[in-house]
Amino acid sequence: MVGKRCLGILFGTLLAGLGLAVGAQAQQKQTPVVGVPHDWQMGFAGPYTPVMVKVESLHDLLLVIITLISIFVLVLLLYVVWRFHASRNPAPTTTTHNTFLEIAWTILPILILVVIAIPSFRLLYYGDKAQDAALTVKVTGRQWYWSYEYPDQGNFMVDSRILPEADRLKLKPDQPRQLAVDEEMVIPANAVVRIIGTAADSMHGWTVWGFGIKKTVIPGRLNEGWIQVPKEGIYFGQCSQICGNAHAYMPIAVRVVSQAEFDNWVAEKKKAAGLMPATSVASAALPVTR
Amino acid sequence: MATAHGAHAHEHHDDHHTPTGWRRYVYSTNHKDIGTMYLVFAIIAALIGALFSVAMRLELLHTGVQYFNAADGTPDGHLWNTVVTAHGLIMVFFVVMPALIGGFGNWFVPLMIGAPDMAFPRMNNISFWLLPPAFILLLLSAAVGGGVGTGWTIYPPLTLQQGAGMDLAIFSLHIAGASSILGAINFITTIFNMRAPGMTLHRMPLFAWSILVTAFLLLLALPVLAGAITMLLTDRNFGTHFFDAAGGGDPTLFLHLFWFFGHPEVYIMILPAFGIISHIVSTFSKKPIFGYLGMAYAMVAIGVVGFVVWAHHMFTVGMDVDTRAYFVAATMVIAVPTGVKIFSWIATMWGGSIRIEIPMLWAIGFIFLFTVGGVTGVVLANAGVDYAMHNTYYVIAHFHYVLSLGAVFGMFAGFYYWLGKMSGRQYNETYAQIHFWTMFVGVNLTFFPMHFSGLAGMPRHYVDYPDAMAQWNYISSIGAFISFGSTIFWLIFVVFGTLMYGRKVGANYWGEGATTLEWTVASPPPFHTFEELPHISPTAHH
Repeated sequence: MVGKRCLGILFGTLLAGLGLAVGAQAQQKQTPVVGVPHDWQMGFAGPYTPVMVKVESLHDLLLVIITLISIFVLVLLLYVVWRFHASRNPAPTTTTHNTFLEIAWTILPILILVVIAIPSFRLLYYGDKAQDAALTVKVTGRQWYWSYEYPDQGNFMVDSRILPEADRLKLKPDQPRQLAVDEEMVIPANAVVRIIGTAADSMHGWTVWGFGIKKTVIPGRLNEGWIQVPKEGIYFGQCSQICGNAHAYMPIAVRVVSQAEFDNWVAEKKKAAGLMPATSVASAALPVTR
Repeated sequence: MATAHGAHAHEHHDDHHTPTGWRRYVYSTNHKDIGTMYLVFAIIAALIGALFSVAMRLELLHTGVQYFNAADGTPDGHLWNTVVTAHGLIMVFFVVMPALIGGFGNWFVPLMIGAPDMAFPRMNNISFWLLPPAFILLLLSAAVGGGVGTGWTIYPPLTLQQGAGMDLAIFSLHIAGASSILGAINFITTIFNMRAPGMTLHRMPLFAWSILVTAFLLLLALPVLAGAITMLLTDRNFGTHFFDAAGGGDPTLFLHLFWFFGHPEVYIMILPAFGIISHIVSTFSKKPIFGYLGMAYAMVAIGVVGFVVWAHHMFTVGMDVDTRAYFVAATMVIAVPTGVKIFSWIATMWGGSIRIEIPMLWAIGFIFLFTVGGVTGVVLANAGVDYAMHNTYYVIAHFHYVLSLGAVFGMFAGFYYWLGKMSGRQYNETYAQIHFWTMFVGVNLTFFPMHFSGLAGMPRHYVDYPDAMAQWNYISSIGAFISFGSTIFWLIFVVFGTLMYGRKVGANYWGEGATTLEWTVASPPPFHTFEELPHISPTAHH
């Protein structure tokens, strides 16, 4: 696991470096590409959020347990086949009961499950809802793109669509095919961000690799979760609920930036939406709903 | 009774009950003929379902979209979804269920419990003959009105957006469901009322137990599916809004109804395989099954608990966190009776005199691969971890390990175990070995790398994927091609080869380990068996 993670970090840094090098010619400061899959990847992306740190540590525990169980069963099977092969053991026994064994292989799995259940429940409740969110982003899944609304910043909306391949090569060559979008969802680093998901037409699935969050968004329902990303960068995910023709072509991209950059971005979007300056006063006066 | 009169009656009896030609099958009320028809049907459906999966793996062999393109050259994700949906529905409803329950269940439940036939032979006929029209409707659904591109879980609102094909698919599931419910009633009645004298439930072979539990699951789960898809039908065509949020409905309701059926359904597919494996392990270890009662009641426990875990398929839809916590706990409980079964099989082999015949190879393969599929199920049961895995290839790997390598290995195990009994001819050992090993390598090569692509985040139902995910996908595709080749090899050399050139075998060709009643009748069994009921002694082994 550790080796894979190092490889991931190495690769991520390499890509990020590449991204910076390419981006240098653009006048705008470019955010490094962090959360992308890499060749021969065998494990999780990240962890990029506190929730994912816990997901990964629980999965590491589970991986050890399930590997040991599988190997134990395999070794038992091979031993039994070798030891009790007809050529070695021509006369079978007639044993069909062993109370101790039968109790043991009922109780032991229960104990293993309890060992798993304790961190599992902790993780479940920890990841459930944001305790003290700095801002809320409302995510709406549509056929076939995503909309991000920022109710705490004046309620402007950003549509996020996959970049056609020609545009990607021109505009964002450092980002992978299938994943680059025109407008990322932008959040400030380190801030606790409440995600509220819904859908307009069909169900969709909002997830980002290495964030430990997946929200099946459903028309008529709100689905809440939270993320907190310490490291600036661009992170990716893909729609994770079958939603029709372009299901494979509505990636999720999250750009995590500094608070200052975020404020600039917000101002820019509000201006574009015609919300500046009037609404900014109104929104500042609004009580933050917690 | 006078001799002359008796002889006359006997002749008449034969005339009446051994029809020939097409009437023998179309009008069949004979459990063995109906079982054979189920098996042939399942093989045909399996080949079509496998062709769909080869088409999918061919597309996923490389990044980009090579084959699933619309007329204008853009990727046709809907066509892709249609193929995925057809593959899933065919494999579940028209391959695994007909083969394990309709095929082996019909053939061997009456033989094992010493019954002359099923309780309702005519109902048995209609159970089978409902399936071909259901299958034709399902195939049509993929071609009519643009096809059904929803996944086998047919979640609304996507299903409300589909063309007329969706209505055909719903009708197909209704008919297939009715067929299964009739079959389930037949099995329950047969097993409860027609056991040979002396065969108490606690002396009944485990395969009959597995079919009994399965039949109850079918009887309780399928009506819920029927109700859910009827509501879907009225939502689509008659202006109701059960699942339409705009009209006050809720798509989540469908998810609950679907998975209340869907989760027992996965046990419906695997329990008969458990039964088959128990017989094979016992036969080739020359030992009675270890912990018989534990084995039987483990299946009952799996069936009961299987009804209260459904929402672990829906951890991401926004249920209350306490509800999720309950479903985590309930789901993990399933691992306990399953573990009892795994260890009891190994304990059956312990101290035995083991012969590695072909059915035993499949059975040992089943035990190990089902364990691998089972433990990834425990991983997925943890809602917190599931958020990172839900709807990724990790889930695809998990359920193909328990179904494609579990249920299908169980089917092949049963096929090799009983082929001689059903046809009177034995398979060629070399061909069977080639089939097993190519299949074993092929399916593992296909599905094991999917754990990795799943952890890396590749979502299911995707016609194309990021370039970095190409390597594991390439290996998966190669594995799928090997498995398909292996299946064709099996069809030609093992199925047709055995039926035409196999050497003839006697009643009990496996020797002293095979103790159940089907080994007391000739191979193939006469048209009518147990016209005189066998008597089971209290000391008989299972």
